[in-house]
Amino acid sequence: MTIPGIPLLLQAIVNGILMGGVYGLIAVGLTLIFGVMNIINFAHGAFMMLGMYATYWLYVLLGIDPYLSLLLTIPLLFIVGLLIERFLIAQVLDAPGHNQLLLTLGISLFIENFAICLWSPNFRTLEIPYLQNVVNIGTVMISIPKVIAFLSAIIFTALLYYFLKKTDMGKAIRAASEEKEGALTVGINLKKIYYVAFGIGAACVGAAGTVIAPFFYVNPHVGGIFVIVAFVVVVLGGMGNFIGAFFAGLIIGLAESVGAAFVPGQVKQFIIYFIFILVLLFKPEGLFGRSNE
Amino acid sequence: MSFLKADEINVQYEDMHVLQEVTMEIDQQKIVTIVGANGAGKTTFLKTIAGILRPTSGEIRFLGDRIDHLYPHKIVEKGLVRIPEGRKIFPSLSVLENLELGSYLPKPKAKRPESLEKVFFLFPVLKERSKQLAGTLSGGEQQMLAIGRGIMSLPRLLMLDEPSLGLAPVLVREIFRSVREINKQGTTILLVEQNVFTALDLAHDGYVLENGRIVLKGKSKDLLHNEHIKEAFLGI
Ligand SMILES: Nc1ncnc2c1ncn2[C@@H]1O[C@H](COP(=O)(O)OP(=O)(O)OP(=O)(O)O)[C@@H](O)[C@H]1O
Ligand SMILES: [Mg+2]
Repeated sequence: MTIPGIPLLLQAIVNGILMGGVYGLIAVGLTLIFGVMNIINFAHGAFMMLGMYATYWLYVLLGIDPYLSLLLTIPLLFIVGLLIERFLIAQVLDAPGHNQLLLTLGISLFIENFAICLWSPNFRTLEIPYLQNVVNIGTVMISIPKVIAFLSAIIFTALLYYFLKKTDMGKAIRAASEEKEGALTVGINLKKIYYVAFGIGAACVGAAGTVIAPFFYVNPHVGGIFVIVAFVVVVLGGMGNFIGAFFAGLIIGLAESVGAAFVPGQVKQFIIYFIFILVLLFKPEGLFGRSNE
Repeated sequence: MSFLKADEINVQYEDMHVLQEVTMEIDQQKIVTIVGANGAGKTTFLKTIAGILRPTSGEIRFLGDRIDHLYPHKIVEKGLVRIPEGRKIFPSLSVLENLELGSYLPKPKAKRPESLEKVFFLFPVLKERSKQLAGTLSGGEQQMLAIGRGIMSLPRLLMLDEPSLGLAPVLVREIFRSVREINKQGTTILLVEQNVFTALDLAHDGYVLENGRIVLKGKSKDLLHNEHIKEAFLGI
């Protein structure tokens, strides 16, 4: 273990918070799906990878700015999620948990391998001239695309929060996630709620993939890295708790980044699992508890 | 053409045969009650009308149309609204949000402000507590909320599953008063109760369900004086 200086620590804190916002957005999608359907979506990382590739190819082939491509990647992933729920997941909603797990895992493997066939397992990076800039504040270097990713994550989470709080559809989703029989009695079509919620979850992680693409490599397995972190975030935030997931994302981002300043290189993953185990042992309901707020 | 008719329906859970050849007819504008002991199949019957359970045979018709194959939300759309046993309100949503969701479907939604006024007139306490989370209401208030939420759906038939369950006598009276009031305003009522005496007193017609079969039916005034009922339920 090394003791970092103050400048290094400040840098780690800034990087951690910026990355944490993106973890939050990924986890928000995952926790929404879990809250409504009680299903753990192992294909979440694959959806993120699709979002990243969509952004990559839209830029490389058509020259579409990555942030502008959000207008395409969000609806695209929404539709992908919706169709997958409607035609595959819906079949196993009443099945035992391990069947659901096998199905989402299978979907994930299928999408990843399909991506390998189409685009090869090579690592690719987007190089966008105007995003190479770094702003210095004192000793801290702030990367512009990370700031944009962070702000986007906040905006999308806030929009989703507004949708869930204020619209009838959003209220119906919250109602369905806590009282299915009550939802049926007021005429809510649960099947529709499920595919819409799944689509929204996929759209969230797709958006996260898009805003991360300007500063992260793209390859068919890239989603796995983030989705493992997202599982930890979802548990920490209180399974199904939407706002909890976002703040837990910030905490995990910070822990990972600051931890990496103390311990060398690859060991940083260890910190996340360590937190995960601590939470499961001592606060299995998560830091923020289970709620649909 | 009858308002609602269930014709020789059978319902089972996996291998357990719960409802057997149940036939029931409900006339418009009436209060009809189903009484019966624990496990008789009363909830099962209401869930079947609501489309949550499917009969294995027999048919259910509403104003002449078959409804036994429809999805639950389609049945609510037709105006058959069930207030489930145990209330099933949305605890982490506010009282107002719960009521708004009662008018989730397009037709009720168009009438939301009028319906809200109606509910608040019937249960003024819900207006006072409209911002509060529904989970923080008392049991009686939660039952009022569940009924209010049902009214928001513009019911033509309101099905209440043991609304008096777990409530103090004064609240039971309050709930029964509201049921009578809703009926006066033109809504047909199907009331499931274990509170046999009070229910028969309120209703026009009554059915007695025992082990999944209708064993008695008739004008509730007559049932009140029926020897079998006195013996079985009133302990006389
Ligand atoms: N989901 C289920 N799976 C299997 N059996 C069930 C299920 N729900 C109810 N039953 C059984 O069906 C029978 C009828 O139950 P139901 O809930 O309709 O009775 P009830 O008349 O409403 O009783 P209570 O007055 O206690 O509410 C009971 O024997 C019950 O154990
Ligand atoms: Mg019952």
